[in-house]
Amino acid sequence: MAILINKDTRMIVQGFTGKIGTFHAQDMMNYGSNVVGGITPGKGGQTHLDRPVFNTVRESVEQEGAEASIIFVPPAFAADSIMEAADAGIKYCVSITDGIPTQDMMKVKQYLRKFPKNERMVLTGPNCAGTITPGQSMLGIMPGHIYQSGVVGVVGRSGTLGYEAADQMRELGIGISTSVGIGGDPINGSSHRDIFEKFEEDDGTKLILMIGEIGGPQEVEAGVYASKHMKKPIVAYIAGLTAPKGRRMGHAGAIISSVGESAAEKVEMLQDLGVAIAPTPSAMGETVAKVLAKL
Amino acid sequence: MDIHEYQAKEILEGYGVKIAEGGLAYSPEESVQRAREIGGSVWAVKAQIHSGARGKAGGVKICFTHDEVEAAAESMLGKRLVTHQTGPEGKVCSRLYIEAGTDIEKELYFSFLVDRTEERIVMVGSAQGGMEIEDLAENNPDAIKKIYIDPAVGLLDFQAREMAFELGLEPTQISHAVKLIQGCYRAMRDLDSNMLEINPLVVTKAGELITLDAKMGFDDNALFRRQKVAELRDKTQEHPQEMAAADRGLSYVGLDGDIGCMINGAGLAMATMDMIKLAGGEPANFLDVGGGASAERTEKAFRLVLADEGVKAMLVNIFAGINRCDWIAEGVVQAVKKIDMKIPLIVRLSGTNVEAGRKIIAESGLPIITATTLAEAAEKAVQARNEQVAKEGAA
Repeated sequence: MAILINKDTRMIVQGFTGKIGTFHAQDMMNYGSNVVGGITPGKGGQTHLDRPVFNTVRESVEQEGAEASIIFVPPAFAADSIMEAADAGIKYCVSITDGIPTQDMMKVKQYLRKFPKNERMVLTGPNCAGTITPGQSMLGIMPGHIYQSGVVGVVGRSGTLGYEAADQMRELGIGISTSVGIGGDPINGSSHRDIFEKFEEDDGTKLILMIGEIGGPQEVEAGVYASKHMKKPIVAYIAGLTAPKGRRMGHAGAIISSVGESAAEKVEMLQDLGVAIAPTPSAMGETVAKVLAKL
Repeated sequence: MDIHEYQAKEILEGYGVKIAEGGLAYSPEESVQRAREIGGSVWAVKAQIHSGARGKAGGVKICFTHDEVEAAAESMLGKRLVTHQTGPEGKVCSRLYIEAGTDIEKELYFSFLVDRTEERIVMVGSAQGGMEIEDLAENNPDAIKKIYIDPAVGLLDFQAREMAFELGLEPTQISHAVKLIQGCYRAMRDLDSNMLEINPLVVTKAGELITLDAKMGFDDNALFRRQKVAELRDKTQEHPQEMAAADRGLSYVGLDGDIGCMINGAGLAMATMDMIKLAGGEPANFLDVGGGASAERTEKAFRLVLADEGVKAMLVNIFAGINRCDWIAEGVVQAVKKIDMKIPLIVRLSGTNVEAGRKIIAESGLPIITATTLAEAAEKAVQARNEQVAKEGAA
């Protein structure tokens, strides 16, 4: 079991024929992802990487039964591509694109809300590494081989820090049900909490590792939700102990601008909510192992 | 991206927002000239730096004669002003804004911000202006009114009216306030601003509403479509190394410590800095080299980190995904050979092709300290830094 994607999920690539889209589409197929085609407006009817190219997302849904999409479209056009996917009936979309304007993301979120919840497309990202269900399918840009299949659900903002966690767990023989990157932007498709809800319902996930960072309220909101509504244990690491207030640390959303947004404050609040904290980034794997051993 | 007060006021004036008469000056003489042009008998001389709380740092002076204007200008121009927002290094003042004095009856607070929880623009106002909103939020949260704006329909007049009444304005001032509030909102929306703050917004003794101080910040991700806003950038207000990094497509933030860092990915970079701190050291910088760390990019990153002369050791931590460890290793070896490095270098590689990468480092013959785990890398970096400090102390 897993969340969001499995070996059967029919995937398309938006921005398919570009250099980056081509590279990662190939990589996803090599991993075993069921890529059924791609979108490049104006190139419909062509074949690329042995798969059909469509002008619109709607055509790929109608003709290939596309269910999930990954976006490599440049930032100026990415919000439009996300909304196109939602309108065409795509169920799950990952936006890899980094640098989408904040006001565009506000529009995207508003647009998604117009769909009733059971028909609403799930969006993760932008500015993320994507999602992987180890051993089955990958809708992202991560190195698939470092992920071992197992029972830990992972949700995090950062790509490479997620790789670090996966690697530490693999060294300890611990596998992952699904790993979801929610991205480093201030306004993102899904929050930690949204992904928590999905892991709670998934029989294949026994424990959740949240990899958070400074800035914004999402980690603590997820912790509050878990303490009230979830049975599965949560392990968390929050990056940015040394980050000064008011300085943006790489990610557009990684900035301490108000009370409760520093790493130390988030750790304290999460601890009070019963979340097991990995005290250092190199202790993510062992903290997960300790909590797993008690289950 | 931040802009100066006078630039924000120019923008807002274009959207029908009333500001006091004023002008820009680069010298004491020009300052007096501006005061003459404005007329009257009271002027405010205001240092144009990218920071709030300028008053306490001596960056705002009320003057009653031209001589006082000249003296105030001399006291600010070319000086570094230190506020709690600038950090200890402060910011250099090279421009002044000379403004007509205002007869203040009441000071109000008004702003538009991006609310990350609601994922909307929020309008924030308080009848208790003049002080910092953070202090107000802490001491008297009930005095703050928040109204959220639906991105599909924008700010509605009734919302602006609600805010105007909340600010305690008189019935005769409401229509003027609605125009001001709508003007601010349109400026923010049209220009991809992510922060607009008027603090204080004042009611004059004559009952007029005047924007006394104005601050605007812009979404860096949207500058590609806001050329005119991008042109307002004042590089003198930004950290020179951070500017240099941004020009090279690298993300760099200078810090106070002495262990330089080069890492791929913002999250891993923050985590590595945390490890350095936990091992007893202090990071000199945040530096994300990004996904495609070519040899050329690696060399640029090395030069950037080493440009900080206080750096006593450098730590490279790369988790290769799309990257390959052997490519990174070659880039590091090339960079070290090209740059005459005088401080210890610690390299930790992980991920794709890690064995090949480690082999290249080991066979390079260079005095590179290697580590396999994050914890080991941080410990070795702190140890190397301590030895380097001891060595320099002895020499």
